[in-house]
Amino acid sequence: MEQFFAALTMSAGYNTALVCVGAALLGAASGAIGVFVLLRKRTLVSDAISHATLPGVALAFIIAQTYFDSGRSLPVLLFGAALSAGIGVLAVDWIKTHTRLTEDAAIGTVLSTFFAVGMVLLTVIQSMSIAGQAGLEGFLLGATSGMLKSEAMTIALAAGLVGLAVVLRMKEFSLLCFDEDFAAASGYNVRWLDRTLLLLLLGVVVIGLKTVGLVLIIALAIIPPVAARFWTDRVPVLVAIAAGIGASGSFIGAAISASAPNMPTGGLIVLVLFSFFVVSLLISPVRGILAAALKHYRFQRIVHLRQGLLAIAHNEPVLEPLTRSILRKGGFMSGDGQPTFKGQSEARLIERDQKLWNLYREIYPEESHALADWSLKPIGQVLPADTVKVLEDELCPHLVVSTETPKGGAI
Amino acid sequence: MDIFLQFDLPSILLGSLAALACGLLGNFLVLRKQALMGDAISHVVLPGIVLGFLFSHETGSWPMMIGAGAAAIFAVLLIELIRRVGNVEPGAAMGVVFTTMFAAGVVVLEQSGTAGVHLDVEHALYGNLESAIWLDAYTLSDLWNLEVLATLPESIKQLFVVNLLVIAFIMLFFKELKISSFDPLLSASLGFSPKWLGLSLIVMVAIAAVAAFSAVGSILVIAMFICPAATARLLTDNLKVQLFISGIASLSAGLFGYLLAAFGPGLLGYEISVSAAGMIAVVAGLQQVLAMLFAPQYGVVMRRRRQKVHANI
Repeated sequence: MEQFFAALTMSAGYNTALVCVGAALLGAASGAIGVFVLLRKRTLVSDAISHATLPGVALAFIIAQTYFDSGRSLPVLLFGAALSAGIGVLAVDWIKTHTRLTEDAAIGTVLSTFFAVGMVLLTVIQSMSIAGQAGLEGFLLGATSGMLKSEAMTIALAAGLVGLAVVLRMKEFSLLCFDEDFAAASGYNVRWLDRTLLLLLLGVVVIGLKTVGLVLIIALAIIPPVAARFWTDRVPVLVAIAAGIGASGSFIGAAISASAPNMPTGGLIVLVLFSFFVVSLLISPVRGILAAALKHYRFQRIVHLRQGLLAIAHNEPVLEPLTRSILRKGGFMSGDGQPTFKGQSEARLIERDQKLWNLYREIYPEESHALADWSLKPIGQVLPADTVKVLEDELCPHLVVSTETPKGGAI
Repeated sequence: MDIFLQFDLPSILLGSLAALACGLLGNFLVLRKQALMGDAISHVVLPGIVLGFLFSHETGSWPMMIGAGAAAIFAVLLIELIRRVGNVEPGAAMGVVFTTMFAAGVVVLEQSGTAGVHLDVEHALYGNLESAIWLDAYTLSDLWNLEVLATLPESIKQLFVVNLLVIAFIMLFFKELKISSFDPLLSASLGFSPKWLGLSLIVMVAIAAVAAFSAVGSILVIAMFICPAATARLLTDNLKVQLFISGIASLSAGLFGYLLAAFGPGLLGYEISVSAAGMIAVVAGLQQVLAMLFAPQYGVVMRRRRQKVHANI
């Protein structure tokens, strides 16, 4: 526990701090790019990308080890990973456009076949009986414990660059996600933009291989944007929140793994991110479950109150238990089910309001349809005063009605 | 001969049976555009398998199977919940759930110290096809000697039962599966709910995945759910024929994949053998590449040629 707080406050040694910062930058970059991948509904392409890196890593290792005796050099391995992942992305696109198979089948094919090739190559490496192959297993599930200082530095730097690129191209990417045709008409090269987006995603995946591992790296590009989506509808804010969630989740996950070296870093990071997702799902004031339940509760009360008062106005008995309790709490009904004086007067107001609304629906059926839910409010709060006056004149033509809008107050 | 019977045949059987169970079910996943469900399922069963293992302390046991099945159903419900309640796009909901459950499985595995004993993550990914041995077999006649057949490895018998289950499921519900895959609305109006059928398909997928999983690893499972079915889909428009072709494709991938892995490097002069599970998946992928290029009606090459003929007329 002590070690965890030390790692969290970056006082557990230079290397640990560097790894944590690298993970945080990686989380921020992948969260940011993930937003656009999510908005383009292509989240699972990242799954194909991450699995397709394996043959590249293995081949790069074999070549580097045989000819240059430097199999563990991280940049070389990552270059190989990027190359084969790029081929994988192109293969997904090719299958999708040139055969009758759908995108999901294309992704699945590429993912499994490429990974299988990688597996075969890994067994080849195992039987080559050369030193230094132990590091390769870290690419599956991520291992930060034995990371070199230079490696951590490379990861942090590359992640920062990708994040910067996303921020710089934010406007174009938003356009691509929401209105591809408009983007094309405005002179942007849509195809190129799409490729850039995938290239940046690929960059994040490749950089994260060492920290998070290829099986779980896609979580970094999926969970933060999905969690952030609960908090806002605006793209720049969305990118900022997703990056924030990705960064803090990865930082905390990496810190935990620094204090417990046996635990796989990737798994921990994903679990921390998922807890962020659950919290967002529950308590976000914009689209969270609690907010939705509260909204439903309020709406239900308004409907019951209104129906109950209308029943009082029409001298009908109120039998529904929920309605009765709401009326009683509002002081509109006494304990024996009889309307109070306050209830009677409020009922008159609501009845008048309802009559005006009914008239409005008769005269302007289309407009009132558009106002469906608003019609639970007092009419004077929704419609302009002159419309209400016209309605009032229509309702009681012989009465001289003051121009003042009716005082609702019931709701 | 006895070496072949004792070491190669069980592995071939295991690989082919695993491939067949997944390959047949894969047809419906591909048709329903749920190909990645196979991917998700094969990831989410990990925590179930780990918990089952912690409970029973042996691999290939029934608690493991039950744990995996429960995990699969839990995952499907969770995906549906997140999709509905959170209004999250289906692919993203799937991504959230399967990565998280896989991560949970990995962490529990490492935390509980079971890693390295009988079960580890690499094992779950790669499987252990070559470990299947059948020491009681000596001659070809043992193949129809019931007593000796009874000594086949447990995992092969398990997969055999699962294959029978899968085939029975498909034969019993063929009409329903067919209609609900091509036209969910018609299926609903005819009175069989596509939702329940979809869920039972997923349960079958989970059973097949789990049975195949411990033998051949999750990656081969994913490949087998997709590649043979995709290959068959490129070759025919008739669902029955497609099922038949996918079955043959799975079995042959199992056979040739293993042979290539075991003897291929030897033929090239290397004294090694490579991952059989990986090789089976590679063969399945190659079959699909061939089908994508040269299928008589839907292959890219034939289409190009037809276009040229049209252009010349």
